Amino acid sequence: MAEKINMPQLGESVTEGTISSWLVKEGEHVQKYDPIAEVMTDKVNAEVPSSFTGTIKELVAQEGETIAVGDLMCYIETGNEADNKSSDTNTQKGAENTYVKEKTQSDNQNKSMKKRYSPAVLKLSQEHNIDLSQVDGTGRGGRITRKDIEKIISTGDIPKENKRTDADKALSKPAQAPSIPLTQQGDIEIPVKGVRKVIAENMVMSTTEIPHAWMTVEVDVTDLAVYRNEIKNQFKQKEGFNLTFFAFFVKAVSQALKEYPQLNSMWAGDKIIQKKDIHLSIAVAKGEELFVPVIKHADEKSIKGIAKDISELAMKARSNKLTSEDMQDGTFTVNNTGSFGSIHSMGIINHPQAAILQIESIVKRPVIINDMFAARDMVNLSLSLDHRVLDGLICGKFLARVKEILENMNKQTLSIY
Amino acid sequence: MPIMSYIQAITTALKEEMQRDNKVFVLGEDVGRKGGVFRATEGLYDEFGEYRVLDTPLAESAIAGVGIGAAMYGMRPVAEMQFADFIMPAVNQIISEAAKIRYRSNNDWNAPITIRAPYGGGVHGALYHSQSVESVFANQPGLKIVMPSTPYDVKGLLKASIRDNDPVLFFEHKRAYRLLKGEVPDDDYVLPIGKADIKRNGTDITVITYGLCIHFAMQAAEKLTEEGIDVHILDLRTVYPLDQEAIIEAAKKTGKVLLITEDNKEGSIIGEVSAIIAENCLFDLDAPVQRLAGPDIPSMPYAPTTEKFFMVNPDKVEKAMRELAEY
Repeated sequence: MAEKINMPQLGESVTEGTISSWLVKEGEHVQKYDPIAEVMTDKVNAEVPSSFTGTIKELVAQEGETIAVGDLMCYIETGNEADNKSSDTNTQKGAENTYVKEKTQSDNQNKSMKKRYSPAVLKLSQEHNIDLSQVDGTGRGGRITRKDIEKIISTGDIPKENKRTDADKALSKPAQAPSIPLTQQGDIEIPVKGVRKVIAENMVMSTTEIPHAWMTVEVDVTDLAVYRNEIKNQFKQKEGFNLTFFAFFVKAVSQALKEYPQLNSMWAGDKIIQKKDIHLSIAVAKGEELFVPVIKHADEKSIKGIAKDISELAMKARSNKLTSEDMQDGTFTVNNTGSFGSIHSMGIINHPQAAILQIESIVKRPVIINDMFAARDMVNLSLSLDHRVLDGLICGKFLARVKEILENMNKQTLSIY
Repeated sequence: MPIMSYIQAITTALKEEMQRDNKVFVLGEDVGRKGGVFRATEGLYDEFGEYRVLDTPLAESAIAGVGIGAAMYGMRPVAEMQFADFIMPAVNQIISEAAKIRYRSNNDWNAPITIRAPYGGGVHGALYHSQSVESVFANQPGLKIVMPSTPYDVKGLLKASIRDNDPVLFFEHKRAYRLLKGEVPDDDYVLPIGKADIKRNGTDITVITYGLCIHFAMQAAEKLTEEGIDVHILDLRTVYPLDQEAIIEAAKKTGKVLLITEDNKEGSIIGEVSAIIAENCLFDLDAPVQRLAGPDIPSMPYAPTTEKFFMVNPDKVEKAMRELAEY
């Protein structure tokens, strides 16, 4: 009969967990206490053990899904049928029938040996360049036998590795590096898991799937700087949080996005989805981890409202309180690289968005205005764009518009409320 | 070609060798006038007389020791241990003297003795009439251990053993004596000691075994043909020293190897066979090497149920074969 495996209580105050990856597939046989999933909570990253021995029947929760403690993760078929089986095999008569029954049963349900390759199978597949992932095994648990390979070789119908046709698969899971560097004495090995793993997978997906192009404009934000410096202390006193430059940039970007919705869109295979809502993802680093929480409806918010969102999201990130809801539905990313002192960078687009804008450091520089040198506060805005969705022309227009908005931000034109 | 039982093949080989070479003589308990408890030496006393067919006292160390001494003086004795289980008092003679004399004397001396002994269970023989003792001797360079599985092999290998210039232990499965029959040519042929023999060609799994277990494996293989499982069977024939080349070839043939012995599993001959395969065949193996053997219990019990539990039989072999084929 099918038993339920529910999200366990992973820590006293934990109420929910995000399934970062399933370690088993439907139809796979697991022993009691075998790990079945990796779960990320705001406190720990942990492996969830199976509560039963049996065959995974249905994975109810999806990868990336956050479910509450005690909620259903998956169904597992436990071995009540095993009792019938063993009583059958005890009687020697009719053993053959049982054998046939058992065999088909295990063949259908159990693919646990599919990726267990014997030395002979590995050797032959390498010699003949056979892609084992495309071979169906006839051995126990779906194992590919030497005979299976020999049969393929003799028929000459050799499944080769084909990255193009298998593109989806290759992209969803990053390909293994061709050679793994060796650890030498004194080196430290840091296992890749949890958030680091998710970051790595997302980055590989973004860079392998999205054809990136880049564009940078230079913006004179002297007036904005003057204005912001004038009011920032008073603002902090009154509101209790910082009025950062970043809030102004987010405001300018969301305003420009409203006018150039092409940049607020997503590649969807056979179509491009232009999003109505403007939800801006912002990157927040915390120790070894990187979170991308979202300012929802940024275009509908005042500069103060945006500054408040930024402040709250950063606080949540630092105290591990970001929920997956906080990080969902971003349509465009604004990345505050200037906070690290960077003056030029090329961002990796936050999949499936179409572009990311790097706000670089504001630097005082000599600039020629009306044939005279002037000391101005300059900032570079570096845009990475998905060239499937966007072209230089529209992005140039967009950046020019952002530049225009920013350069006209001053005490006279702007209210932060 | 005459059909002969396993034990008739033994008698025939002894008789022909005694006729061929008057240095050949047999000695053992009840081998003379009685013709042996299993009748292996039947008729030899009448034909060759009391000086070539010696009834000895009930003292295995003496049977072996007298034989070894005579062998060193140029005779070709065939000593019989009534049961392999009783060979233990003679172990010192066999291992310390017979096995080592050529090496120890730098080739000045040698001991061309053949020691025959019925081994094996499945005959309700209980503890002291059922044992397999080959592994006791199977790490003694200087000895050869021959364990034939068919009447044809018996005749050819017993002749070869008698003609061999060094000591040979010739273990005969007592249940095979009258169970197994087969064609045995009249002519004077010998089979090479130290060579294994392919008893059945197949492509799915390789079974390597010896003695009576060959017979079980052949039966099981026949049954499995109906299920489409094609079994390759290698008969070791000589269990010490092993025919490494044949073992490697047979293992590589299918990559799935089942080793069978009715001896206790741990420390048995097939453990060594497994090591040879592990050393040489890693990249041809398609499954872990499997062993089917007696349990690690001191000896075969008397009660039929427990004897059945201990003893390898065609059903057990068939099950092990099928499991490996499906792997």
